[in-house]
Amino acid sequence: MQDIQQFANEIGLDLDLLACIQCGKCSGGCPVSITTALNIRFLVYESLLDALPELVHMEELWDCTCCFTCVERCPKDVRPAELIITLRNQLVESGKIPGTIGEALMGIFRQGNPLGLAREDRALWAEGLDVKPAREGCDTLLFTCCYSAYDVQSQPATKALVRILHAAGVDLGYLGTEETCCGNEVKRVGEKAMFDEMLVEEGKALLESVGARCIVTTSPHCYNTFKNEYGLEGIEVLHYTQVLARLLEEGQLKLSVPVEKTVTYHDPCFLGKQNKVFDEPRAVLRAIPGLNFVEMDRIRERSLCCEGGGGRMWFEGTNTEDRLAFQRVQEAVDTGAEVLAVACPFCLAMLADAAKVKGLEEQLKVMDISELVVQALGDGG
Amino acid sequence: MMSEKSKPRIGVYVCHCGTNIAATVDVEAVAEYAQNLPGVVQARHYTYMCSDPGQTLIKEDCRALGLNRVVVASCSPRMHEPTFRAAAQEGGVNSYRTEMANIREQCSWVHHDKEAATRKAKVLVASAVAKVTHLEPLEEREAGVHPGTLVIGGGVAGLSAALDVAEAGFPAYIVEKSDRLGGHVAELGHTFPDLEPTADWLAPLIRRVEEHPAITVMLDAQVEEVAGFVGNFEVTVLQGGQAQQIDVGTIVIATGYQLFDPSRKPEFGYGRYPGVLTTWELEQRLATGDLVVAGRAPQDVAFIKCVGSRDIQLGNPYCSRVCCMVAAKQAQMVRQALPETRVTVFYIDVRAFGKRGEEFYDEAREAGVRYRRGNVSEVYRRGERLVLRVEDTFLRRTVEHETDMVVLAVGMEPRDDTGVISALLKLPRSADGFFLEAHPKLGPVDTTTNGVFLAGCCQAPKDIPDTVAQAKAAASSALIPLIRGTVPVISETAIVDAELCAGCGMCVDVCPYGAPALDPLWGVSRINAVLCKGCGACAVTCPSKAICLQQFTPEQIMAQVDVLTV
Repeated sequence: MQDIQQFANEIGLDLDLLACIQCGKCSGGCPVSITTALNIRFLVYESLLDALPELVHMEELWDCTCCFTCVERCPKDVRPAELIITLRNQLVESGKIPGTIGEALMGIFRQGNPLGLAREDRALWAEGLDVKPAREGCDTLLFTCCYSAYDVQSQPATKALVRILHAAGVDLGYLGTEETCCGNEVKRVGEKAMFDEMLVEEGKALLESVGARCIVTTSPHCYNTFKNEYGLEGIEVLHYTQVLARLLEEGQLKLSVPVEKTVTYHDPCFLGKQNKVFDEPRAVLRAIPGLNFVEMDRIRERSLCCEGGGGRMWFEGTNTEDRLAFQRVQEAVDTGAEVLAVACPFCLAMLADAAKVKGLEEQLKVMDISELVVQALGDGG
Repeated sequence: MMSEKSKPRIGVYVCHCGTNIAATVDVEAVAEYAQNLPGVVQARHYTYMCSDPGQTLIKEDCRALGLNRVVVASCSPRMHEPTFRAAAQEGGVNSYRTEMANIREQCSWVHHDKEAATRKAKVLVASAVAKVTHLEPLEEREAGVHPGTLVIGGGVAGLSAALDVAEAGFPAYIVEKSDRLGGHVAELGHTFPDLEPTADWLAPLIRRVEEHPAITVMLDAQVEEVAGFVGNFEVTVLQGGQAQQIDVGTIVIATGYQLFDPSRKPEFGYGRYPGVLTTWELEQRLATGDLVVAGRAPQDVAFIKCVGSRDIQLGNPYCSRVCCMVAAKQAQMVRQALPETRVTVFYIDVRAFGKRGEEFYDEAREAGVRYRRGNVSEVYRRGERLVLRVEDTFLRRTVEHETDMVVLAVGMEPRDDTGVISALLKLPRSADGFFLEAHPKLGPVDTTTNGVFLAGCCQAPKDIPDTVAQAKAAASSALIPLIRGTVPVISETAIVDAELCAGCGMCVDVCPYGAPALDPLWGVSRINAVLCKGCGACAVTCPSKAICLQQFTPEQIMAQVDVLTV
């Protein structure tokens, strides 16, 4: 137990194994505890008793999505998910990680993105949008998630966001090909050294060098790590839904074209549960004229995880037959919504894919909030 | 110049404390050294100065040698200063002319080198001798007592305390914020561990209080201000917009608790799903017999325990102590009312302590209540039913338990207005927000404010028998000054030199006890010696050095320090 606890402390985690009373609040709320072999409560118990099996045989360690439901709810503040991050770090140290995760890390190392796509192609999505290079100085620095930049499914949302921010008169800058993965998932798959030494150290210097007043991220994951882990000084970090909500409230952003759709919203774990941003995305949706906003049953702190976080974008998981996203799109359909709005490129990928697999594509369109907002812009955006 | 009468004649008594001191300090050498200090008439060493023979030694020397000051070199004054003061007093020496040199905690216990320790002990003794030389005799003082007790709160704790005070023949005043007596307990239909109707015993208790000639009940009333001190509290009570003053000798705080608001645990869907209720709400439903959820009798009822308790993230790290038994009670009652209904209690631990607690838990299981171990993580809806997502930790399997009614066993919290009472009476609170008792073992009903006592859940969560026991203990402690008729007050108070006082009032601001006040006529500070606790805050604050604390005057302290710095 002491070894694991000490190792956790050494890599800067607040894991507190000895506080555990084995109540099961963590495992009971863990979104993958029913569909996979992962039992976080039992892992803590085994760690306390020095009775952990050999880690390489525990494929379920890679099932954790780092949604942090367990961390949010643990009455004793054990921070159970950090045990998984600790154990993943041990596996990473000994080089025993799933191949696809290794490839993603290599992609970040070589090209600055987990997809392994060429660095010089990072800004292709922005062609024709006239986004100012950040180096020219800007008030607001746009930071795109690697998926927002490269993934064709996410790019429309990224473009829409730029149009909206331009329409609202935001002085927006973009780092383009200089931008490198934020490393939020790198940290969570257990590559502490790469996160600290390569991504934070270089990324922090880069972000601070722009001299922007605030950073707006497309992804809750970048938002989370910039806000809570980078130690950025003098820069406000905001998720784009927070920026839009503020622009709407201050009257800088005006939405006039009705979007006659019934829409529900899926809370991303890294935005909602972990950073308590629940109201702004809803405020933005409600501000769209003609839009009929409906809620699912499991929302806010009880939102179901899409299973895209914590490295799961790069690892299938052991529950391929029974994905949470399948359940989630059905819940969305059950509300009568035509659109399932998301605010995260991972959620978009996972849920859109689930809608496809479940044959719900005709009934339910998974869209980023900015894709809806752009439709409501008066001048066509 | 000192008169012949007050010329120091000092006795020094060096204690071996068995081997506690003697093993590390050469006590004989210390006594020998002390013998030659200025003013010392007699210096001795003895195995245990605090023993009867040790005390006798001091008393006899005082008389035989005409001593007028005593120094005991032994332990910390915390335990035995009163012992040696009494011994000196019996020998005819004013008890305030004794001084202790701590050569145990501050010397023998913390050093190994005997030679160095002995040297240090000598210096400590010389320092005490220097101080005692300058000590002045002080008078033992007493104050009178207003015969009566104020009881804040009219729940079971307040009722029980008031009744005991009244039965002992003293007036008791109950100040109750709400419009009725009985507190939370009055809203409980039945109690554990006997399933008896609460009204059977509560109604007679309330009636006895209401009809008692020595008890004044003030409803819709609250305490506005408290002035004075033990034996002489002047309490302003506000009732119906009217302020009135009540003079009492002692005060019992019995303000109770508030229930945890489960909307702070959003994962349970409280306030969102009509089928999710608190144990408090179920209590009312059981009383009316209305257990219908979504238009029908529930086929399944699930209890969730520890809601709002044992939770560091909420700031409630404590166990609320009653919820396990409340759940066991209500689960049995649901089984009785709806024999076909499956009733499950989800728990982390079952705490069935106290008389008949474990037996009551047995009875619940015998009544068919199922116990499953696991802290329910969340509640959501599935069709018409509710689902509990929980790991059954014995099965080592997370399950979705479908149910119709979810009962949250909510814990107790300090009342939101605890801070108001705390400020009125200068009562400290423990980290959990409840009132802090003076000592966890020896003073569980006392507070750091003399004459103010705690009863019931305002001090910590507890059940009814424990509440009544604490209330009766608080009443009996509150009666002590009333029965004695006088209270001792400390003599080492601060005094003002009116010649030096500029009347700036900084002492008034800094005093936590409200002892100094500016004389309206002369504009100088006057210290009410009865209120003064001798903390010295005023003395160090006074810019004109007009205030000094008796027993700790600059002259006395400097004499003590000078020896140390040689």
